[in-house]
Amino acid sequence: MKFLCVDCDRVMDFAERQLPGDGTMAAVFRCDRCEREVAMLTNPMETRLVSGLGVKVGGRTVPDQPMELVRSTVAEGREDAFTDGEAADGPAVAPAGPPPRPGSVAWSPQARERLQSVPSFVRGMVKRIYTEWAWEQGIVEMTPETMDRARAELGMEGM
Amino acid sequence: MAERRIRTYSEVSHDTGSGILEQVEAQGARLARRLAAIDRLVVVASGKGGVGKSLVAANLAAALARRGLQVGAADADLNGPSLGRMLGVAGAKLEVREDGVVPVRGAGGVRVMSMDLLLASDDAPLRWREPEGAGFAWQSVLETGAVREFLSDTDWGELDALIVDLPPGTDKLQRLLQLVPDPGVVLLVTTPTEVARFVVGKSIALVREARVRRFGLVANMAGHACEHCGRQTSLFDPEPAVRMAEEAGVPLWARIPFHPAIGAHTDAGRPIVAAEPDSEAARAFEELAAKVMA
Repeated sequence: MKFLCVDCDRVMDFAERQLPGDGTMAAVFRCDRCEREVAMLTNPMETRLVSGLGVKVGGRTVPDQPMELVRSTVAEGREDAFTDGEAADGPAVAPAGPPPRPGSVAWSPQARERLQSVPSFVRGMVKRIYTEWAWEQGIVEMTPETMDRARAELGMEGM
Repeated sequence: MAERRIRTYSEVSHDTGSGILEQVEAQGARLARRLAAIDRLVVVASGKGGVGKSLVAANLAAALARRGLQVGAADADLNGPSLGRMLGVAGAKLEVREDGVVPVRGAGGVRVMSMDLLLASDDAPLRWREPEGAGFAWQSVLETGAVREFLSDTDWGELDALIVDLPPGTDKLQRLLQLVPDPGVVLLVTTPTEVARFVVGKSIALVREARVRRFGLVANMAGHACEHCGRQTSLFDPEPAVRMAEEAGVPLWARIPFHPAIGAHTDAGRPIVAAEPDSEAARAFEELAAKVMA
C-alpha cells in the first residue's frame, strides 16, 4: 500500500503510528515536498489483518520476540506454558534478544499492577518488549503512561 | 476539464517506509536460517483425515532417534494437536531463550513443539484473539503464521531430521510447500481404501506440481497379524494403495500393519518402536526411517 500526494506526484512517507487501544489504528503518511499529511485509519478487522501477518506498519523499533505472533494472538493460552527466564512481575527483566546494557528499567507499582492484567501466557514477553523499548528511549521508569506510549509506538494492540 | 492520470502502484518505486515487505522478507530469512541447521525436513501429510498421520510421524521420529539421530517433531496440526502426546510431552513447559523457544524432549529425546503445549486445558480448542464475528477472514493467515513460527522460532539446534506433522487437507500441504518450497521428503499417508486413494491422489498431484524431489506413500493399517498364530489378514483390500502407487508412479515406502498395541502405546506417549521394538509394526517404521534417510 502506498499513498501518493497527487498535487506533488510523490509517494508519501510513513511518519507515525498510533493505537488508541480500541482495536483501531492510525498510520500517518507525509509528503516530503509539500508536507501534507494523511492518516490511514483502520478498523479492528483491518488492524488485525495486518498484525496477523506478524508485521507492524511502520516497521519495528525493537527486535521481535520468539513466537511473538503465537503468544500475542492465541486466546486462553496455558498460564504456565512459557518460562521467560525471569519472573514477569519482578522489578526488571533483561531482554532476551539484545546484549546486556548498563542500567535498568524500574516498573512503578501502577505499571506492575497494569502488567498483571496481561495474561500470563504473554506477560513475560510483553514486559521484555516494553523494557527493551524503554532502554532504547532512555526511560528509567515504566509507568502506565509510558506503557501507553510503548503500546502505540510498538504496535502492540491490546497489550 | 482534462482527465488527470494518477500513477499506478507499479509505476511508483519509492519505498514508503511502512516496512511491511521488509518484515515479511525478514521472516522468510529467519526461517531459512533455522532450517539451514536441519539436514532433512520430513513432511508427513495426506490430505485425508483419520489415516494415522500423527501416529506415523511420532513413530517415525522415534525410529529415527533410535538410530542415534538428532530428531525434531513439529506438530503443525494446530487445531487437533496430538503429536506431543504421542511423544509423551503433554503439559511440559517451554523455555524462552534469546535464539528461540527451546523444544521439549519427548520419547527417545525427540525435540517437540506442539500447540498442545500452549493451550489452557486438554479440552480447550484453539481460539485466536480477534475482533468478534469475522475470524474466518484471517484464521488461515494466523495459522500459517503460527506454523512458520513453530519452524523458525523454535530453537531446534542442529538436527538430522525434523518431522512436520500436517493436519488433514490438501491446502495445508500447499501452504507448507509455500513456506518451505524444497522439503527433503514428503510422506503421504494413506489407508488401503478407495476413498483414501481418491483424496490422497490430490496430494500426489500437488507434490508433483511443487517439484518435491523425494516423496513416497505410507500405507497405514495395511493388514493385521494375528497375535496367536501370526497369520496375516487384510483389514481392507490392499489393492487401492498398491494400485495408487503403481498408477501414480510413487514408491510405496512402508506398509504399517494394524495392531491395537500401536494405538495403545502411542496413546500412552510411547511409540511402538520403543515399546515393542521387535514387533512387526516397529520393524516397518524402522525400515521407513532407513528409506527416509537414504
